[in-house]
Amino acid sequence: MPISSDAGPMPLISVTDLDVRFGSDDEIVHAVRGVSFNVAEGETFGLVGESGSGKSTVLRAMSGLNADWTGTIEIGGTRLGRVRGKPFYKRVQMVFQDPYGSLHPRHTVDRILSEPCQIHGMSDIDNRVREVLIAVGLGPTFRFRYPHQLSGGQRQRVAIARALILEPEILLLDEPTSALDVSVQAEILNLLQRLKQERGLTFVLVSHDLAVVAHMCDRLAVMNAGRIVEELTIAQLRASEPAEAYTRQLLKASLGYDRSAAAGMESFD
Amino acid sequence: MSGANGGKDGALLTVEDLSVRFHTRTGIVDAVRNISFSVGREKVGIVGESGSGKTMTGRSVLRLIRPPGEITAKRMEFDGQDLLKLSEKQMRDIRGDRISMVMQDPKYSLNPVMTIGEQIAEAYRVHTGASSRDAKTRAVEMLAAVKIRDPERVLSLYPHEVSGGMGQRIMIAMMLIPDPDLMIADEPTSALDVTVQMQVLAIIDDLVTKRGMGLMFVSHDLNLVASFCDRVIIMYAGQIVETCKASELDQAQHPYTRGLLNSLPRLDREPGPLPVLERQESWKTEPGVDAYFK
Amino acid sequence: MTADTLNPAKAGLRAWLTTDTPASRGHARMVQAYLGWLSLTRNPLALLGLAILVVLIAVSALAPWIAPHDPLAQELTNRLQPPGSPGHLFGTDELGRDILSRIIHGASITLYIVTLVAVTAPVVGLVIGTLAGYIGGWTDTVLMRLTDIFLAFPRLVLALAFVAALGPGIENAVLAIAITSWPPYARLARAETLTVRHQDYISAIRLQGASATRIIAGHVMPLCLSSVIVRVTLDMAGIILTAAGLGFLGLGAQPPIPEWGAMISSGRKFLLDQWWVATMPGLAIFIVSLGFNLLGDGLRDILDPRSGQ
Repeated sequence: MPISSDAGPMPLISVTDLDVRFGSDDEIVHAVRGVSFNVAEGETFGLVGESGSGKSTVLRAMSGLNADWTGTIEIGGTRLGRVRGKPFYKRVQMVFQDPYGSLHPRHTVDRILSEPCQIHGMSDIDNRVREVLIAVGLGPTFRFRYPHQLSGGQRQRVAIARALILEPEILLLDEPTSALDVSVQAEILNLLQRLKQERGLTFVLVSHDLAVVAHMCDRLAVMNAGRIVEELTIAQLRASEPAEAYTRQLLKASLGYDRSAAAGMESFD
Repeated sequence: MSGANGGKDGALLTVEDLSVRFHTRTGIVDAVRNISFSVGREKVGIVGESGSGKTMTGRSVLRLIRPPGEITAKRMEFDGQDLLKLSEKQMRDIRGDRISMVMQDPKYSLNPVMTIGEQIAEAYRVHTGASSRDAKTRAVEMLAAVKIRDPERVLSLYPHEVSGGMGQRIMIAMMLIPDPDLMIADEPTSALDVTVQMQVLAIIDDLVTKRGMGLMFVSHDLNLVASFCDRVIIMYAGQIVETCKASELDQAQHPYTRGLLNSLPRLDREPGPLPVLERQESWKTEPGVDAYFK
Repeated sequence: MTADTLNPAKAGLRAWLTTDTPASRGHARMVQAYLGWLSLTRNPLALLGLAILVVLIAVSALAPWIAPHDPLAQELTNRLQPPGSPGHLFGTDELGRDILSRIIHGASITLYIVTLVAVTAPVVGLVIGTLAGYIGGWTDTVLMRLTDIFLAFPRLVLALAFVAALGPGIENAVLAIAITSWPPYARLARAETLTVRHQDYISAIRLQGASATRIIAGHVMPLCLSSVIVRVTLDMAGIILTAAGLGFLGLGAQPPIPEWGAMISSGRKFLLDQWWVATMPGLAIFIVSLGFNLLGDGLRDILDPRSGQ
């Protein structure tokens, strides 16, 4: 079967045969096994799976946080190494799951946002910080606050602003709304959609929530036990016609509680 | 006597005018404000966002609010007894025997240095005074009841050796040993994968139906509560803003409930911006509604 | 309190200092400092500790003006006078020197020792600990074994050995104390670093392309700093005592410098009949140590994030 033929001729991101192992010789955890997918420019690609499926591990290998991987990861046709340089970080940024853990507790919003600019030797830092705060829907009053003075949703906006301030092309989103209340989730999802349109971003979104993925993505891959079970378009997902039993079960479970469905749940290890 | 009053309408637990206040350095924080509700032998979902007071409501029924928190209520009656008038010792008996609580993360509720088997057996012995051999047999039965495969093996494991779903099932097994009349489950499945969540909920569902137990199901997940519970109580800013049959949640009237429902991304909805919930100040000031069991 | 509410300028300042929306970097820092000060003022014991330190600093700064006598002036006809004798509130020592004046002048020496140790040992410990914890691997192993070696010796014995090698004197005593007291800070900083290292905010700054130096200095160290500061204030009492011990053994400050430990040392010969000669400087050491300890306890409550809000 050809891999994601619908991603077009020249994908922006191309992951081929990605393998990730953790641990030392005697106890190896094979977290990701032979994962391949392509993401076109301007697309939102979803990676869905349950805990331990390896979806976040794929993202961390792509971001450069985890160096213990084999296979190839290409961005814009350039093959990435284990160690990434500043040009990579300027193209690819990440938003983390837990807004309470992803902001330094002793740094003001101002410092959190201006430090990336300093690292990359950018000019006009003051204006950039002001603009990006407005872009994520936080006013200038938030600029000199500390994270503990912000709500969960506001923190996640700051985290998104931090990812955007380097003006990257690609955002890796690791469960960006799963720690938030539903009403706040809606605001953040809307914000991400708007930013994507305004800035022509490409998203890779990891989530356990099929509804969120269906709302955000163009295509998705379902992962289980380190492998991609199935790749499908959102239209196929909405029409409830996944080919694989695992995906069908996941879809059913996402629709709410159903006593008869629960009885038929199987384990796919 | 209050006893006759308690069971008259079929309610297990009747709470009238419950408030939970926290006295902090910066002033008084009202976590729960004058709510009234009752729970029968049914599944009642208490839904709300963080800070709505739903968890405090669950905990205050067991009087598990520590100072500087303070519980006040006109009435908090469980099976003819006023929970607020009981001594701490009587309350402990109620907590163990009659009302059980299941928390979100089983890791904090299980003793990390005892095997699962020892913990279940001990819980059983304490409640029934049974011999240790009986206790072991019962423990195996309990694990089988919550659909754990190979219960003999699981008994010899330590809490860190079991998965989240398994841990939550074990917690439920332990909570069911005394055969409680009421179970308070605070986000019991939020940390679990959806498929495991279904299985755990199915276990709770069967137990409620078979044993005629009452269930207070505290959750942030509207979809789940709508599909799982019989009745829903929606809380906002420490008050009950609306209550309805779970099956009729999609026809809810209160703008807060409507806003929450609309802001959910759905598989069957076309993409596009999600409606954002606009909070009104008036929701906090207008009086809450009562949610009695009928 | 009532004065504050009556005075609009003061009330305005308070609002400015407690605002949720600071307008500049400096403002944000001042708000944080003010909030810290507010929680310190809620702890009377910590305030007492702070007051003791303020008095110590004031006394050492004003020593020449407030001391009634020259600390070195001997008056052999007036030796070993008991406390309360005319002109000598704390009595005189074996050479007829005024003990009160000597204690007052000794304050600056104690302060000097304490400051010097405080700016050396914790800094060394912090750098070694965060490096070991953040980089890990071989660096960690080497640095931590080195730390273990230093930790294996009793502190005073090791300090004695260093002073013996370097020669007696205050600077050498301070150096010896600093060399022997950094390992606990290194361990502490390493432990803190290990808990911080895998936090998302460290991952985030790594993904911004920050160098290891920037991450350690700007992101890891500030989080270790508070527990190190607390530990330093709690250790200060021990450092004063070690300095006093070295002085007592004749390896610290040399006579006739009025260092408190050296004063106890010379007073011990008269301990039974003229108790005040050794007791008065002993009390001074006790009070200052207590001051540091109380302040350290208070700071721990304010600075240690784990102690909760």
